[in-house]
Amino acid sequence: MASAGAGYDLSPTTFSPDGRIFQVSYAQKSVSTSGTSLGILCSDGVVLACEKLKNSKMLLPSSGRRLHSVGAGYACAVTGFASDGRQIVNRAREEVSSYKDTYGILPPPSVLADRLGHYVHYFTLHGALRPFGATATVASYDSDMKECKLHQIDPSGTCHSYYACAAGKGRQGAKTELEKLDLTTLTVEQAIKEAARIVLTTRDEKDKDMELEIATLAEGDKYQFKMCGKEVVSEALKWAGEQLEEDMEEDDDE
Amino acid sequence: GSMEKYKAPRRIRTVGDNCLIGASGEYSDFQSVMDTLEGMVQDDVNYDDGEKSDAKSIHSYLRAVMYQRRSKMNPLWNDIIIAGKDFLGYVDKIGTTYEDSFIATGFGSYLAIPILRSKWRPDLTEGEARALLEDCLRVLFYRDCRALNRIQIAKVQGDDDAVVSDPYELETNWSGFEATKGDMDGDGGW
Repeated sequence: MASAGAGYDLSPTTFSPDGRIFQVSYAQKSVSTSGTSLGILCSDGVVLACEKLKNSKMLLPSSGRRLHSVGAGYACAVTGFASDGRQIVNRAREEVSSYKDTYGILPPPSVLADRLGHYVHYFTLHGALRPFGATATVASYDSDMKECKLHQIDPSGTCHSYYACAAGKGRQGAKTELEKLDLTTLTVEQAIKEAARIVLTTRDEKDKDMELEIATLAEGDKYQFKMCGKEVVSEALKWAGEQLEEDMEEDDDE
Repeated sequence: GSMEKYKAPRRIRTVGDNCLIGASGEYSDFQSVMDTLEGMVQDDVNYDDGEKSDAKSIHSYLRAVMYQRRSKMNPLWNDIIIAGKDFLGYVDKIGTTYEDSFIATGFGSYLAIPILRSKWRPDLTEGEARALLEDCLRVLFYRDCRALNRIQIAKVQGDDDAVVSDPYELETNWSGFEATKGDMDGDGGW
């Protein structure tokens, strides 16, 4: 397969004639081969969900975590290279901790996201370094403004704030489904189920086995990070499965 | 409490859900210690691997910190008591540690320990323990001229969350102390 970049893709320090940095594009491509991840801002919190693709039946169910707590009221989902994602999560933890040490308060969501954006971007500027092959979806609670925020930082270091976002394999389908949701009235409890449904919608029969990880920053938990327990997730998947079957029956009837 | 500027500083605090830390000495150093411990607790939450710092591990950690600081000739000027499930330990500004069934710092080590030694039993009920603590604190109020009668009592039991009471005033009885009152007419001496 001929290299699409034809010599302009050897280093992140080289632009192509049409103004692209191929290495960063390739990094973004590698993120889109990973299992889908979703973030949904709800009326009473944030829900993050990740589709963990299981490469082997021998894998312990709880390993290969994609959802992480990075501070009191912050959560981060990683999509893409797990090892690169781990770096970003560790950095996020340090940023929260050092901001608290310096300023005496927890960082506002936009500050944390901005810092992570800077960090990821740094790796796109040096010849001796490669970009992160991971996207970080950061959910945070702003205790001053009393609201939750959702940010996504992609391998180029770009950082945006979202009502809902998706990354990974099924992101196109997921984004379409997310746009259909009414986020002004959606509660965390409902969003957990919808997230499960959207993940199932974007999957194929030929996809590998998956485990669904869901975490929330919910008003009921004082916006502290909480991984949804096995029962909650399996309930959500069951509901999602039923919804999909109903949809399929409707399609058959038509 | 004491006659110093702040009459009810929070000198007993919880770390995590079920560990209590009480400190005497330099309040700012205590605040710094609490910040570090709260960071440790948040790390536990972040790793989410089922491990939680308990009183014993916090005690070990503080020992290391206090001894290291003293060895650098830059001590944290505190005497700290750590309480948790089945644990009561002490660390001081030079890194000395011990565990016992009852511990006191400051004036308490002179005035309260003898009372505790004679009155403590392994099968004290909660009510008896509180009464015993109040008696000790009352003596400390009588005999320490800088002390106030405002106290706090905290409790940690089994796996339940640790609870710190609000400051409250001890009842005192100053009758029987007339003999120590100076004669206002004379030179004030007895």
